[in-house]
Amino acid sequence: MKRSWWKILSVVLLVYTVIGGLLLPVPALPQLQETIRNLYFHVCMWFAMMILFTISVIQSIRYLRTLDLRHDIKSGAYASTGVVLGLLGYATGAIWAAYTWADPNSAAYASFGSIVREPKLIGAAMALLIYFAYFVLRSSITDVDKKARVSAVYNVFAYAMLFPSIWIIPRLLPSLHPGQEGNPALNFNDIDARMRLVFYPAVIGWTLLGVWITTLKIRLILLTEKSWLHA
Amino acid sequence: MIYRIWALFRKDWMLEMRQQYSFYGVLLYVVSTIFILYLAMEAPDYQTWNALFWITQLFICLNAVAKSFLQESRARMIYFYTISHPVEYMLSKMLYNVLLMFIMTTVSLILYVAFMGDPTEHLGQYAAISYLGGLGLSLVFTMLAAIASKAMQQASLMAILGFPVIIPQLLLLIRLSKVAFAETFRDGVVTQVTLLLLALDAAIIVLSVILFPFLWKD
Repeated sequence: MKRSWWKILSVVLLVYTVIGGLLLPVPALPQLQETIRNLYFHVCMWFAMMILFTISVIQSIRYLRTLDLRHDIKSGAYASTGVVLGLLGYATGAIWAAYTWADPNSAAYASFGSIVREPKLIGAAMALLIYFAYFVLRSSITDVDKKARVSAVYNVFAYAMLFPSIWIIPRLLPSLHPGQEGNPALNFNDIDARMRLVFYPAVIGWTLLGVWITTLKIRLILLTEKSWLHA
Repeated sequence: MIYRIWALFRKDWMLEMRQQYSFYGVLLYVVSTIFILYLAMEAPDYQTWNALFWITQLFICLNAVAKSFLQESRARMIYFYTISHPVEYMLSKMLYNVLLMFIMTTVSLILYVAFMGDPTEHLGQYAAISYLGGLGLSLVFTMLAAIASKAMQQASLMAILGFPVIIPQLLLLIRLSKVAFAETFRDGVVTQVTLLLLALDAAIIVLSVILFPFLWKD
């Protein structure tokens, strides 16, 4: 019970996010209106994804320092949960864009081409492509130690290249997306005080949920691979 | 250390001179790609010209650099392992690939101008930017070739690993090269982007020097 406080915290925060996110007052902005409530879900997915990818890279670095295969397993597991969160981020974003950005006079998919040319979407696509490539790389090497080492090197290299690009691309392309300069929603002026009350707990809640899912996955892998891991 | 890098570099260069098939292979790849583009379209406008040029550069680099690690046989790698240091080995490969890419950039630039006309206002500036681009592309793909050479299906894997990593550089380069088409930029943007690209290149070199020794131990 003592060690699971953060799981309880996660559940409490997420219950609060869903109830508070749907019921608490939000500013009525033109165009956005009530869709702004999606902030508590959509933006949190990206935050959680980036945090999980960061943990994955840290585990890769730890693997390279210790050559302990458990770190490699953790790195892969955090990356895969991060990818799931990224896909959910796209899904929630697509719903949001369909009501705010898409041309209301034609079908929502007709605006696809113009919506997708969007710095934040490109940045996210790069992050996801990098981690898809990471999984392809992992599955293309059969030797366990070699796989761990090569994929850790790629993870660190690609992550280090990803960050300048997430910083660069928004400055190259025009954008409809809020948060043009840097990270959306982190800037204190961007977001209404009432919304911060739900938003920050929501970020923590979703991230903890992501970590929780990953720890379960890691435990499962460690159990199934027990035979050779401790040999 | 510089002497040993030079020696490794010379080894690569002499190998290339003796077994010329790979050099001419890439050269033929450049020529035929641009010839097909020429047949496929006549007199593209400058935006298309620019986009096509960078895409060609990307694929040329993929082909030229892919060979650098893939051609080394296992036995030869073990030999290098005993006589040289990974950092020196990596730096010599980078040096060699940058030089190779510069040659290929020159060739493709000449062929582009010859076949598809010269839409640029300042060809010299465009050439300088394309060398800057060649530098960045070859550095990134050298590191990725080192990673991919450890896996199966190396050639296709390199593209998968490389494209997401190279996107920002390519976007910056495509944007920057519009200077040569006399598009106007805000003050200081051109130097800023150029410095940014150089900083990225420096970051790639540092990262490769740190990370390559881990790939080396086999």
